[in-house]
Amino acid sequence: MKKNLTPKERMAIERVKMPEQDPQRRIGNFEEVNQGLTEEQAIREAQRCLLCKSRPCIAGCPVRVRIPDFIAALAEGNLPEAARILLADNTLPAVCGRVCPQETQCEQVCVRGAKGAPVAVGYLERFVADWALAHPDKLPKEELPESTGKKVAIVGSGPAGLTMAGELARKGHGVTLFEALHDTGGVLRYGIPEFRLPKRIVDTEVARLQALGVEIECNVVVGKTVTLDELRQEFDAVFIGNGAGLPVMLNIEGENLKGVYSANEYLTRVNLMAAWRNDHPTPIIHGKRVAVIGGGNTAMDAVRTSKRLGADRSIIVYRRTEAEMPARLEEVHHAKEEGIEFILLAAPLEILGDENGWVKGLLCQRMQLGEPDASGRRRPVAIEGETFELEVDVVVNAIGTRANPLLTATAPDLRLNKWGNIETDENGATNLPGVFAGGDIVRGGATVILAMGDGKSAAVAIDSFLKQKN
Amino acid sequence: MFKVLQNDTLAPNVHRMVIHAPRIAKARKPGQFVIVHPEADGERIPLTIGDADPQAGTITLFIQAVGASTLKIVTTPAGGSLRDIAGPLGKPTEIEKWGRVACVGGGLGTAVLYPLAKALAEAGNEVTTIIGGRAKPYIILADELAAFSTDVLVATEDGSLGQQGFVTNVLKDLIDNPDTRPNAVFAIGPVPMMRAVAELTRPYGIKTIVSLNPIMIDGTGMCGGCRVKVGDETKFACVDGPEFDGHLVDFGLLMDRLSMYRDTEAKIMAELPEELRDKIIKVKR
Repeated sequence: MKKNLTPKERMAIERVKMPEQDPQRRIGNFEEVNQGLTEEQAIREAQRCLLCKSRPCIAGCPVRVRIPDFIAALAEGNLPEAARILLADNTLPAVCGRVCPQETQCEQVCVRGAKGAPVAVGYLERFVADWALAHPDKLPKEELPESTGKKVAIVGSGPAGLTMAGELARKGHGVTLFEALHDTGGVLRYGIPEFRLPKRIVDTEVARLQALGVEIECNVVVGKTVTLDELRQEFDAVFIGNGAGLPVMLNIEGENLKGVYSANEYLTRVNLMAAWRNDHPTPIIHGKRVAVIGGGNTAMDAVRTSKRLGADRSIIVYRRTEAEMPARLEEVHHAKEEGIEFILLAAPLEILGDENGWVKGLLCQRMQLGEPDASGRRRPVAIEGETFELEVDVVVNAIGTRANPLLTATAPDLRLNKWGNIETDENGATNLPGVFAGGDIVRGGATVILAMGDGKSAAVAIDSFLKQKN
Repeated sequence: MFKVLQNDTLAPNVHRMVIHAPRIAKARKPGQFVIVHPEADGERIPLTIGDADPQAGTITLFIQAVGASTLKIVTTPAGGSLRDIAGPLGKPTEIEKWGRVACVGGGLGTAVLYPLAKALAEAGNEVTTIIGGRAKPYIILADELAAFSTDVLVATEDGSLGQQGFVTNVLKDLIDNPDTRPNAVFAIGPVPMMRAVAELTRPYGIKTIVSLNPIMIDGTGMCGGCRVKVGDETKFACVDGPEFDGHLVDFGLLMDRLSMYRDTEAKIMAELPEELRDKIIKVKR
């Protein structure tokens, strides 16, 4: 293969298409939709990168992966080198390559995108990460620095905590991860479905951290099992990355009917508790007509899950239009391919029940877009008198989550904002010395990669805090 | 893994298990519960902590086999272990000085009542305990409760022990007598029993606390599956409870929501081998 392509030759290559499971087939299983690129496809796609001088993609990445460098190694077919670069910058590349909203990050600022399609950075990241998972023997053996003797407690084993754990372990610090649930991964395990992020990926990434010496203790609910103060006494520093584990309720009539779920409950039953498998005892209501309220990634995950659980009609009910939907483009696109219906400019008014307390319908209000609100998105306004009823037997509320107060309620000195999120400086430091925080507990409901970015930058701050502590 | 140190049968299908769980033993207060996840593919089962020994690092759980996962828990012998136990969860009981209190337990609820009654007695309350059950073998912990109760009164449906009838009959007699009328009532047991107690005390204006056990997954407020209506508000039993003012609880909704998976439960039960099925008690919820 020719190594030194001219820019013109690079520009001539068309962006690769991700091989996908056929929509009709995939709505009958929970296997991954995106099948991953072949090596040939990946190298060809890597050759589309112009290796530009400005390298805007790096700044577009919340964890600052040296994207052009790993892509250049890949373009030359040097997979071990590509993997080495990627793994050094990103603790969870196989996760990011699957769930990051690249279209608003690295790919949005790609120079190649000014004329035509940007380089498929996400696909390439996934390819290199998967190759690394499959070929651990071909990776350079990681040499850990000598132990510093310092101990850090990490609360929550989601994306922020896992990233933090990898970064600190590689600096020689002792790390213990505390997880409230019975398995690791946080939202990567209970929230994101198998068809988007197979759980074996989370297992392998966690095992890699354990190989670095990271200790993991599940079933520890910080705030209940131990308090923040107790952790501060036992450890030199604490990082809080316990997520936004509290569903925002709809607060409408009928919310307590049988068949109404929060997205957290619906997805946890299916993902963490494997309710979709016949050989597992966890029950879930298999709705025939399912309405999911919301327009984010969680809403897409829930509605596509309902389809796979056998629904005839799976419907998104969203109060704005598609343009305002916070979900990744790919999720919306995949959902449409799978026959998900989108009812836009509609807000739930009441969940209707039958005489036995089961959901039988959803009463909705027609909306229109008004003036922009604080978030810059046009505010949905009710159109007086225009309502309609949907006949459904399951309703899933995916309008959002807030900070879970279990930990903060037992740490009265920790400074919070008015929504209950922990206040930090730009490095993740809280008002308490040695206590850092990141991810959704600081941001409110955000993304996996922003949580990872927080974990990475707070790790630098913790490392320098520990050095000063000497 | 959490090691089972002791597993006794107290009544048909009712087990008392002592389990090594040092962190929980140290943090636990009366009224709190744990979530037990017996094996990798099991369900997460909320169970009230009956007792704890922080020195020995152990907790005591009282469990009745009512389905496949609870059966898995009670059939774990001493020396065996349970995969996951998370806790202590929920709010501890608010122990106040009421003066005279009545503690009412029905079936397995008596075990949940035990640590609460003990804490009330230790705080200087005069505790009258009422235990109910189907028949004599189902009356549990009478001796243990007698150790700190002024009186232990028993009601069985078939009259095989104590007064024939329901705990509410016994409680009504207490209330009707000015010398024994309680200033507060704590009722823990099947939902119909707790509802009946709350209805009995309501006209008298006697403060009545009940402990709710709705369907739950994480126990940390994350899923909202355990929501109950208390007064005009929706509460999460796992973080706002499990104890609530019995006069404000919507028991009808609670019972209805508990029936959500009845079909699935019946299906799982039907698939169990017969000898195991016989070990499971059908509980009136």
